[in-house]
Amino acid sequence: MSTTVDTDRSAPVAAEPTTRAVKRVRVETPFQRFASEFMESPIATAALVVLTIIVALALLAPIITPQNPYDLGQVDVLDARLPPGGESMTGTTFWLGTDGAGRDLFSAILYGLRISLAVGIFSGFLALVIGAAVGLIAAYAGGRIETIFMRVVDLQLSFPAVLIALMLVAVLGKGVDKIIIALVIVQWAYYARTVRGSALVERQKEYVEAARCLGLSHSRILFRHILPNCMPPLIVVATVQTASAIALEATLSFLGVGLPQTEPSLGLLIANGHEYLLSGKYWISTFPGIALLLTIMSINLVGDQLRDVLNPRLRR
Amino acid sequence: MTAFLIRRLMQSAIVVLIMSVVVFFGVNIVGDPVDMLISPDATQEEIEAVIRSFGLDRPVWEQYWRFIVGAVNGDLGRSFIFGTPALPLILDRMPATMELAFSALLLSIVLGIPLGLWAGLKPEAFSSKAIMAGSIFGFSLPTFWVGLMLIMIFAVMLGWLPSTGRGPTAEFLGIESSLFTVEGWRYVFLPALNLALLKISLVIRLTRAGTREALHMDYIKFARAKGLSQRRVIGLHLLKNIMIPVVTVLGLEFGSLIAFSVVTETIFAWPGMGKLLIDSIQQLDRPVIVAYLIIIVLFFVFINLVVDVLYSILDPRVRLGGSSR
Repeated sequence: MSTTVDTDRSAPVAAEPTTRAVKRVRVETPFQRFASEFMESPIATAALVVLTIIVALALLAPIITPQNPYDLGQVDVLDARLPPGGESMTGTTFWLGTDGAGRDLFSAILYGLRISLAVGIFSGFLALVIGAAVGLIAAYAGGRIETIFMRVVDLQLSFPAVLIALMLVAVLGKGVDKIIIALVIVQWAYYARTVRGSALVERQKEYVEAARCLGLSHSRILFRHILPNCMPPLIVVATVQTASAIALEATLSFLGVGLPQTEPSLGLLIANGHEYLLSGKYWISTFPGIALLLTIMSINLVGDQLRDVLNPRLRR
Repeated sequence: MTAFLIRRLMQSAIVVLIMSVVVFFGVNIVGDPVDMLISPDATQEEIEAVIRSFGLDRPVWEQYWRFIVGAVNGDLGRSFIFGTPALPLILDRMPATMELAFSALLLSIVLGIPLGLWAGLKPEAFSSKAIMAGSIFGFSLPTFWVGLMLIMIFAVMLGWLPSTGRGPTAEFLGIESSLFTVEGWRYVFLPALNLALLKISLVIRLTRAGTREALHMDYIKFARAKGLSQRRVIGLHLLKNIMIPVVTVLGLEFGSLIAFSVVTETIFAWPGMGKLLIDSIQQLDRPVIVAYLIIIVLFFVFINLVVDVLYSILDPRVRLGGSSR
């Protein structure tokens, strides 16, 4: 599959062989090598482009959307449930139609993306910090501490993530903070297991022994020496887990036990369209769903390629 | 073996106990059900009467103790909303959920294995690549959105299948199920397909990987050399061998079908346990939430126990490894 890309890459080399070769030796930093390896897969590159566009659209939502869908002064209930391409009383065109309250769906999707991405990334980051710390300490300390932590991880991973999330939501109740707490608790175990796995390998290596001989403190060895070497698998898990956090939040919000109506993420937009679906008003649920799907798929595809590029066993 | 079994049973009991504490105390922190049950203009005496009738005036520890004593006797409390015992309320809905989960399991076997076999036998064919691409979608698509799209296409646009409810049921061998009526099958198909989508993708991948591996094995070459027909080689020798991992994984995944049915039941208004849970969470019906979670924890602990025991019977190394850890 990489043949087409190879010819693309070799084209400029063939045009000016000497300068290019010299440049390569001098300039190629680890990051550049990483970038060129990443871009060997056209699908992953396309996914990265799509993901960049999605993030940019979400960040720039207040500037580029035709209306602020949650400013009551800009929304007219008379425009409710217009099909895609429909025109409002004042002549603005709603390219993706409007929802039950007369909000422009395109604007609502971009605002929803902001919330979905923010919740997913923030909870993913918190879970990463907690999970990585637990995994590192478990691997480094060993003994009883390791057993206790890893039993908890095993116990949690023996239940499906949706079920754990539903339990937590049943216990914690609704609200942005509660959902983030639930997502963090659901996810930390995956990070802990990953980090412990690679930290167990790393702590056997000579550089750790050398650091110990130098009399460095435990925390310094853990966080400055072992942790950086556990980063590649951690990054891969982080991308996949962020995608699943976004999907999980959307599912909970769709079920009506996730984010409150004041924080309309993509899941809530899809839920709002549920009641109109049976009367043939497909767009209210369909378009936010496509936005969600594109986000999740592009993150997963980027994560897959990262796994291949960062895996030293696959290094050519 | 006996020691292993006893140790495993004790672990399971501890898990159930811990979960019951976590669930009960967690749920009791959430909101105040009194606010919901009593109209705002009720008198002080009326409020107190309701609080006393539900036992909410006792300390939390005492409520938990009463809950545990009741649970052992099969009484998991009374629903605030329905006013009936919580356990029968959930058990009444269980057949509907089980019916959905079993139909999904059946669908994933009936669709997943042939498709995976095809993709494994002809890896270069366009149809195989389409199957594999489809299975990637099966993994990435959010279940609840696919459900909505299924309703939109098959119920609203084409009008082929009904989109909500369980349809007519019939009784057979004491079990009431819509699978025993022809009309019922039409109702169960869409929700079951929605629930099965993830598992179909999983089975396709497992079967394909197994097939590609097995094709190079000596026993397949030998069967071919004996002059057996292609159908017999694939259908008997190959399929038998690749079924082991598929069946194992599907057994393990049955629990997650029950968990995911919460989503599917909500979309298709399927009257099962999952829909009851979501309704109860929204109405703060604490006894039902606690009872559901206890039942589902018991269920999962049971599945995990059965799988572990089966593994230790099949593979003695598991048993030995367990004691050294």
